Formats: sequence, structure tokens, C-alpha cells
Amino acid sequence: MSEYVLEMSGVSKAFPGVKALDNVQLKLRPGKVHALMGENGAGKSTLMKCMFGIYKMDEGEIRMDGQPVTISDPMDALKKGIAMVHQELQPIPARTVGENIFLGRYPMKKALGFIPIVDHKKMYDDTAVLLKKVRMSFDPHQKVGELSVSQMQSVEIAKAVSANCRVLILDEPTSSLTANEVEALFRIIEDLKRENVAIVYISHKMDEILRIADEVTIMRDGKYIGTWEANELTTDKIITQMVGRELHNLYPPRYNVPGDVVFEVKDFTSINPRSFRHVSFQLRKGEILGVGGLVGAQRTELMEGLFGIRSHTTGEILYNGKPLSIARPKDAIDQGVAMLTEDRRGSGIMAVLSVADNISIASLNRYLDHGFVINGKKVEQLVQDNVAKMNIKAPSSKTLIKSLSGGNQQKVLVGRWLANNPDVLILDEPTRGIDVGAKYEIYCIIADLAKEGKSIIMISSEMSELIGMSDRIMVMCDGRVTGFVNGSEATQENIMALATQFE
Amino acid sequence: MGKKNQSFGAKFLGIVKGNPIVFLLIIAAVVVGCLKDNFFSWGNFSNLVSNTAVRFLIALGVSGCLITKGTDLSAGRQVGFAAVVAGIMCQRGDYNGRLWKFLPEMNIGIVFLVVLVAGFIWGLINGVVVTKLHVPPFIATLGTQTIIYGISLVISDAQPIGGFQKIYTTLINGKIGDPRGFHLPYLLFVAALFGLLFWFIYNKTRHGKYMYAIGGNEVAAEVSGVNTTFTLVRIYITAGVMYAIAGYLLAAKSGGASASMGQGYELEAIAGCTIGGVSTTGGIGTVPGVLVGVLVFELLKIILQFLGVNPYYNYVVQGLVIVLAVSLDIRKYIAKK
Repeated sequence: MSEYVLEMSGVSKAFPGVKALDNVQLKLRPGKVHALMGENGAGKSTLMKCMFGIYKMDEGEIRMDGQPVTISDPMDALKKGIAMVHQELQPIPARTVGENIFLGRYPMKKALGFIPIVDHKKMYDDTAVLLKKVRMSFDPHQKVGELSVSQMQSVEIAKAVSANCRVLILDEPTSSLTANEVEALFRIIEDLKRENVAIVYISHKMDEILRIADEVTIMRDGKYIGTWEANELTTDKIITQMVGRELHNLYPPRYNVPGDVVFEVKDFTSINPRSFRHVSFQLRKGEILGVGGLVGAQRTELMEGLFGIRSHTTGEILYNGKPLSIARPKDAIDQGVAMLTEDRRGSGIMAVLSVADNISIASLNRYLDHGFVINGKKVEQLVQDNVAKMNIKAPSSKTLIKSLSGGNQQKVLVGRWLANNPDVLILDEPTRGIDVGAKYEIYCIIADLAKEGKSIIMISSEMSELIGMSDRIMVMCDGRVTGFVNGSEATQENIMALATQFE
Repeated sequence: MGKKNQSFGAKFLGIVKGNPIVFLLIIAAVVVGCLKDNFFSWGNFSNLVSNTAVRFLIALGVSGCLITKGTDLSAGRQVGFAAVVAGIMCQRGDYNGRLWKFLPEMNIGIVFLVVLVAGFIWGLINGVVVTKLHVPPFIATLGTQTIIYGISLVISDAQPIGGFQKIYTTLINGKIGDPRGFHLPYLLFVAALFGLLFWFIYNKTRHGKYMYAIGGNEVAAEVSGVNTTFTLVRIYITAGVMYAIAGYLLAAKSGGASASMGQGYELEAIAGCTIGGVSTTGGIGTVPGVLVGVLVFELLKIILQFLGVNPYYNYVVQGLVIVLAVSLDIRKYIAKK
């Protein structure tokens, strides 16, 4: 018997034009949490997709219990005891928890002795047992669409557990969880460890890794860098290995000086009674206003309301003292407000279009000849300016944006907004899902913009980012603004105190 | 990169591999041409060109809907409606069977404008139902398809319409060159003009960019300040106008019109677009692609006709080609995994 439940070795995988994996290995021990780390584009997801049978490896070998195996597709992976909880959950919202968990392998029984039908009673009974196992107490008959993100994730984990998995892949499981939910997830992981499940844990959050991982494998640019015992590692050491260079500062120095109030919101209330209400705040010229709060604090909803994506009932927006009327995003854009949305794939990139098309879409009016013909040279100039300014790594302006890494996609989107030269820039989780190196670059861009006199609102769920980047932090809880903290006085504790001020 | 070193042969093979259906059909055409004497004749060529021209206009119309993840099932019936209206209004003043006797003999230019306005209105209705009432395009245009057919039946009294003014039929069936030898039908120039116009709109104008953006990600387009409602309405209006033009031309081309004219053309147009690489998942599609798709379809029909295949089997073959062409096209994307 091998000491590893699953070993991947010599794995290579090429896509047209890129070598995504180059002789990579990964060895998983039963009952251990194995963190897989690396910048975006390092090849972590590709490696997992090879393990899970979504991609075929060009070279390399997978062994389970020392025996070579081939995994042809995800169904096959599940049969062999490998389960994966994807970063973007893909439940079927209109079906029940039970149906989602047993999708594709419903327990069957014979009606009248010969007609195969789904055994609903067994399915829901089993679901109840499974939910208990992952410490969840909701009704198996509930529709998944009615659950919160963390509950949906628990459903996915329950699904993995129900397959009696021996290897569980968790891809950025905490990216949309609150602190309490993260704790709950960790308890589930502890339970699974005791049952000898090997867990692959992909995350960018150092504190989590150092807390729950037993072993850490680091990848960079599709190559295997090494595997360490977690207790040998520190944050600095991990970052150094991930980026291949020393990173001294997590946040750039800022030289912006907040000036007069340019943007003011008064008594802003959503049409949805459970969403934001009676929000008032001011934003100064050249100021970075952080917006903190737990998931569900309605920060995104508030910003989308200000930007005209969502509706509001009462409230006023003053811009340089004059009221702004915003019914849809176009109105906001025309008046110098820009918003980088949180969901890059859902409301940011147009995946099948080129970098040039993606970067120019919000500012096409600026490149028109005779009022209607797009001047390709001007668009190309815009792309080149941004590529140079933000260090965007793209083979050409005609490259499809979907083939860029998350960080580069984000830079293209920032470029999209800057092309309009806005005065107020709303950034919703600007560094979500992007790697350490690209994060620092985005921080530098934000700091520069503030220095140029742009006013910035930045929603972030990462405490250190909020504290490190903001001049002032507005904290929300359950749809209300619960307080403001000056950047210099901000601590995790005083922000958290405001963020949990439930009524 | 490295393309210069590639031999002509390798390059050619690459093109063939990229467009297998197109090359299969070209080979089929050559084979049929060798077997049947008059396949390679100017008359047949002219026939192919005219048929393709009208279908191309319809396909251009529907392409915008497809690129924005929509569809337009009312296309064929709109063509029929335009044909009926144009037919009735272009009847000779001294023709006994005139339907609208209260009308004087109309100038065919004015009739053209009337038909365009009607197409504009149908497109506007489709666009508003899709964007403002939020009815999915498939259902919305299924509804208007039926409505339009009903109206066509009412105004034509379900009768075939003939007795057109001579100028209407001769102008539209006109050709440059020797009618017995080499000649080019006027319809070719109409199609070429619209092909260029659409290529220009799709590639060089803000409207075109907005269209691709909506197809690529409608939410992102809206957030980026694209007026998605207005853009989509414009796309459905453009489509309606294109069907109207096609209907106007088709009535004259056939020398008669009826409410059933254009039946099923929406499916041929959608098939042509899809064969030509317009993706039903949105954001992808080019004018040359649409042209190739339509041409392939028309070429196939003529080949089958020359082979003397029972016309009922034509449908079977056409259906197979649609499925085959799209499955081959999709392989390009799947292979990248």
C-alpha cells in the first residue's frame, strides 16, 4: 500500500499557445489538508481539472493507492472517490436540496415491481443524514435557490461527502463566506479529516492556509515549485515562492490628499425593504473610501443602486452640489461615475470578445469619426496605452479576453472605466480572485488614481486590504451604515464591531 | 507566426479542415457538374445567385438577432407579408383581379417605401415585446409569426396575387450582360450592397460593437453604459426592414405572391447563419460567414435538384447538413479543452 491516496506525477498539459502545466506533481495523504497555492494562471485549476477528468493530460500519470488509473470524465472521478466543489457553485436553483445532492444518481425503486422510479423518501432521508453530517439544519425539501451562498456550498460539500469521496477538492471555498461561515466550513473539514478524506484546498488567503493546511504545494507559471509541511512556512515564504521574488510591501505608499466633497449621498433607500436603507455619506476629491462589512451587508446592492443597476425609493445623490438623476448605468457613466462590478464573469467581461472590444465598450463615443465610424487606430491606441500603463499581459489586442488570467482581465476592466476619465470610481472587490502580484499592481493603480484627484469607493471583504488602502472606511451591517473609521485608526477589531452591529 | 514557412499545400489543407462542409459541397458541385451537362451554365449560375441573394438578405436580418442570443421566427412570415403587400400594391391598374380597386396604379418606388415602413413596424413590435415585455425572443417571435401570417391571409383574402406591373418584375429580374450567355442579375448587386453595408455596421460602427457586446454578456454591456434596450430594438427593426426588402424582391422575382410565401425561410436563414459560424450562444458571427452559410445551403438545393432527387428527400438531406455542419463547427471549440 502506498502512503498516498492519490499521486499525480509528470503531468503536462498544453493549450494552443500556452503550456499550462509542465511536469507537475501532487501527492495527497489520507486525512490531510493539502493546500495548493500559486498565482492566478499558475495552473492550479488546470491541474484539478485534469484530476477531475474535465481535461485530458498530455503527459503524466495518476495513481490511486499506488495503482495507475485513468480518469476519463467527472462521473468516472466521482466513482473513483474524487469530488470537487467548484469556486463558482453550479446548483440547480429551482430544484430541492435533496435533488441537487443526488443529481445523476437518484436512489431508485421499482413501482409495481418493475417500473423504475425515483425513491424520494430514501433520497430525502439520506439528505437529512448528510446535512447533519455537514452540520447544517435546513429542510432537504427546500429549493436551493432560496439558500445563501454558504448554505449552497454546504450542499455541494454534502454532495461530495455523499459520494463517499476519498479526495475532496475545494476551490476557493471561502471567497464568498463570512467569518462565521468560514469557521463552520473548517469544522466540516476537521470532520472529514477524521474520516481519512484527503482534501485539496485552493485559496489565496494566507491566514486560512496557515491555519488549516497540513501540507502546501506551490506552483508558478505551470511549473511545480515544491511541497512543504505547513508548519515550516510563513506568509512571506509562501509569497516569495509563489511570485518568484521577494515582496516587501503588501500595499503601495499613498500620496493622495482628500479635498472638497464632490459626491454626496443622502438617505438612500432601496425598493427592497431587506436591502440598503437610509444611507448617507460623503466622498471627497482624491479620497479612497473603503466600504467594509460582512457578506449580506448590502454593500454591493448599495453601490449598484447608486450606479443605476438597482432601483431606489428615496434618497438623493449630489455631485459637486448638484443633484444627479440616475436611472440606468448609462446615466451614471455620462455624468462621470464608473463602477467595476464584483462579478467579473457575470457582469464584467464579454468572454468571447477581444481585449480591444472589451476595453473600449464603455467609451466608444470617444473614437468615432464623422459621428459614427469607429476609428480602429484610436481603439488600438487605447489598448496600447493601457497595456503599457497597467502592465497587461496579452498577446495582442485581438486576443479573446477569456484566455487572459483573472488579474489581467481585471486590469482590462479597470482600463475600460478609466477610458471614460471618470471622477468617481466605484470598485467592488477589485482584487477578488486575483493573485498576489497582480493585486499589488491593482493597488498601485488605485493609489495613482486617487493621487490624480479621482474619488474612489472601494468595497472589500479583505480586512487588511481595507485598512491598508483606505483613507476612511464606511462600515455597513444589514443594509445600514453603522459607522465610519479613519484609515489611520482602523483595526480589524473596530471594523468588525461596527460590521456586526445588528439591530 | 511561422505562417510564412508553411507550404501552400499545408495552408490549403488547413482551410479545408476549417470548413469541411464547404469543400465537400464544392467537390459535390464539381462531380455533379461533370455528370450533368447544363449544371455549369450561366443560366444555372444566375439562378443560384438570385436565390442566394434573397436568402442572404433574410439571413443578414436574422443574424443580428442570433448574435445577441435572440432569434426571429417571424422572419419568413414577414417576408410573406411584405410580398403580399408589395404584390397587391404593384398590381396593374387594368388588371381585372385587382384586390385593392380603390388604389390607383402605384409607383413601385412608393410601394417599396410602404413595405419598408411595414417591416420597420413589425421589427419595432418584436423589439419592444422582447425588451420591454421581457418575452424571450423565441416565444415573442413565435407569436408575431402567427399574427403576421393571419394578417397576410386577411389582406390577401388567401388568394394568390398576380397581374404585376411590368416594370416591377422586369426591373427586379433585370440583369447585366447577355441573357443567354454570361450575365449578372441585379439581385446580386443588391445583395452585395447590403453585404458591404452590414459588414460595415458590424465592424465599424458603435451599433455593431454594442450588438456583439450584448451577445457576449448582456449584463456587462448594460453596466458599461450600453443602452441594451434601444440597441436590441434597433436590431429587430433592422431585421424587419431586411425581410421587407426580401419580400418585395421575392414577389417580383416569382411574378406572384401569396400569404404562404416565405414559409420556413426563417429556419433556412437561421440554419444558414449557423452553418456560417454564427454562434447561438451569442457574440460570435460575421457577414462573410453568413454569406458562406447561405450559399452552401442554396448550392446544396441546386445539386439535389440536378441529381433528380425526389424533392421530399431534399428536406431530409438539408436537415442532415444542418446538423452535420454545426456539429463540425462546434468541434473547433470543443477540441480546445
